Amino acid sequence: MSTVQHATRSSHIGIAIIAIGFVVLTAAPAWGDRNTLRLLAELFTYLALASLWNLLAGYAGLVSVGQQAFVGFGGYLLFALAMLAGVHPIAAIFIAGPVAALLAVPVAALIFRLRGAYFAIGTWVVAEVFRLLASQISALGGGSGISLPAAVVIAMAPTRQIREFEIYWLALGLAVMVLAAIVVLLRSRHGLALTALRDNELAAQSNGIDVGRIKLIVYVLVAAGTAMVGALIFLMKLRISPDTAFSVNDWTAFVIFIVVVGGIGRVEGPVIGTVIFFVMRQTLADLGSLYLLIMGAVAIVVMLAAPKGLWGLLADRFGWQALPLQRRLVLEPKEKRL
Amino acid sequence: MTLWLNIILQGVLIGGLYAMFAAGLSLIFGVMRLVNIAHGDLIVLAAYVALMVTTGLGLDPLTSLVLVVPAMALIGYALQRGLLNRTLGDDLLPPLLVTFGLSIIIQNGLLELFTADSRKLQAGTLEVLTFQALPGVWVGALPLIQFAVAVVVIAGLQILFYKTALGRAFRATSDDQAVAQLMGLDTRHVFAMAMSLSLAVVAIAGVFLAVRANFDPSIGPARLIFGFEAVIIGGLGSLWGTLIGGVILGVSQAIGAQIDPGWQLLAGHIAFLVILALRPQGFFPKVSH
Repeated sequence: MSTVQHATRSSHIGIAIIAIGFVVLTAAPAWGDRNTLRLLAELFTYLALASLWNLLAGYAGLVSVGQQAFVGFGGYLLFALAMLAGVHPIAAIFIAGPVAALLAVPVAALIFRLRGAYFAIGTWVVAEVFRLLASQISALGGGSGISLPAAVVIAMAPTRQIREFEIYWLALGLAVMVLAAIVVLLRSRHGLALTALRDNELAAQSNGIDVGRIKLIVYVLVAAGTAMVGALIFLMKLRISPDTAFSVNDWTAFVIFIVVVGGIGRVEGPVIGTVIFFVMRQTLADLGSLYLLIMGAVAIVVMLAAPKGLWGLLADRFGWQALPLQRRLVLEPKEKRL
Repeated sequence: MTLWLNIILQGVLIGGLYAMFAAGLSLIFGVMRLVNIAHGDLIVLAAYVALMVTTGLGLDPLTSLVLVVPAMALIGYALQRGLLNRTLGDDLLPPLLVTFGLSIIIQNGLLELFTADSRKLQAGTLEVLTFQALPGVWVGALPLIQFAVAVVVIAGLQILFYKTALGRAFRATSDDQAVAQLMGLDTRHVFAMAMSLSLAVVAIAGVFLAVRANFDPSIGPARLIFGFEAVIIGGLGSLWGTLIGGVILGVSQAIGAQIDPGWQLLAGHIAFLVILALRPQGFFPKVSH
């Protein structure tokens, strides 16, 4: 019998580093100050958003510039549930996932009629519609937005410190959950189909992959994940408005930058990209609009000079993979002679 | 009755502007299957170029077109030769992401140079000149000129596409790039000419936009979306379709605004989504999408 081997030596090392990193990060409330925790929590939300966008665009070929629709939807749903229905904010995060998945089905039915780049702009129109609808909801502050009432925030945890720890662990947990779900998906049958789709859509289709179905599945799953992250982001911010919730800059431009620079179509890409993004932001943010200009230019240069991003360069050069995702057929000696 | 007639007429006339947003987008998609995410920001860039020309040389906005159109056409040629040609290929991602990056660069570049203040081009008495078309129905001279210019631009593009050598090169490259190349066409040059033409139309649209209302560096993406909606409503690849698409969008927005000012943009988007649901190929489709 021949078997399929996923792991390589580099993936063993990768798993070990990830395990150590996870332990260190889980213990962060013990070693980090408030600002460190806040920065790390924000980093985890970007890591989750970028990993989800990478699955959508890098694997399923659905290049969306409208994922802010689901970030904002998740945020608004959390505010609505917590303020109007008295749901615990943390429970609201987990409700946001399935509700967004339900919403994504009719949205997909509409925008899947558009192909390629026009699909991208179609997703943007949907996000604009969400933004304009949100600004019509006067119970949630209309166009100017609203803050989460202090009573809701205080009810989350007995002290401010515990609340901050809770939010930190939630952000870490959500990012780990998103990454783990993506790894499990990619190692499954569907993952093989998705990888085939990433490499060549036409060839995948001619090998019997139901391309339309798998794209729909990915779109819906990514919407659910994005909305959960969105809900958490606005629980961290404690304030929501249509312009911040559905911001194309914050939830799409930065996310695309992360994925392109880190390496599109590889699970490791968004991890590297998120770190680069935060390092750049911490050092250049004082430059204001010039900083965004530099980011746009860096993304263009990377797209043209190294379309697979930084991780793509390393992986091609050294054959690295940080997670056991590749498939290699190992033949028994007897079969080898055939 | 006259109220609604007035509203619909305003909508139709603004539709001419949307058609010009759409024509430039449709043109380059037709020739090289490129969707330019920075299209709206280039419209705003043209408005700022016009602002510099009008304030620097003391020209009125419509006369400034003599300089703004060639300037934008030149930018278009350089942009395509220098950057966008490198992104074209089987993969859809590079052109999309590079033009997205370009959009961010233009927006923030304009912000850096001109600040976030709202600007407007002054067209003097032309702005307030109106006349009565029917009893109770008033038409502004400027919207009427804008619509007439849109019709002329689209007719001109139509003639260029189907009656000239350059148009033949566009159509040949659109049909089959490899064969067009074998026939001796330099596709890099053909693509650059298409982008140059697209930005010439963008220049006209930008000037009318800037005369009609206030503008600032952040309004580009919304113009891209209007143009895109007009393209899809009209039917991909059809130039006259963009005019119909622009008019439908303009009328929907005008009706929405009359019902509730907050519904102006929403009504336009909803009209687009309804048409996408019921008639995804648009009204005058040329290519499948």
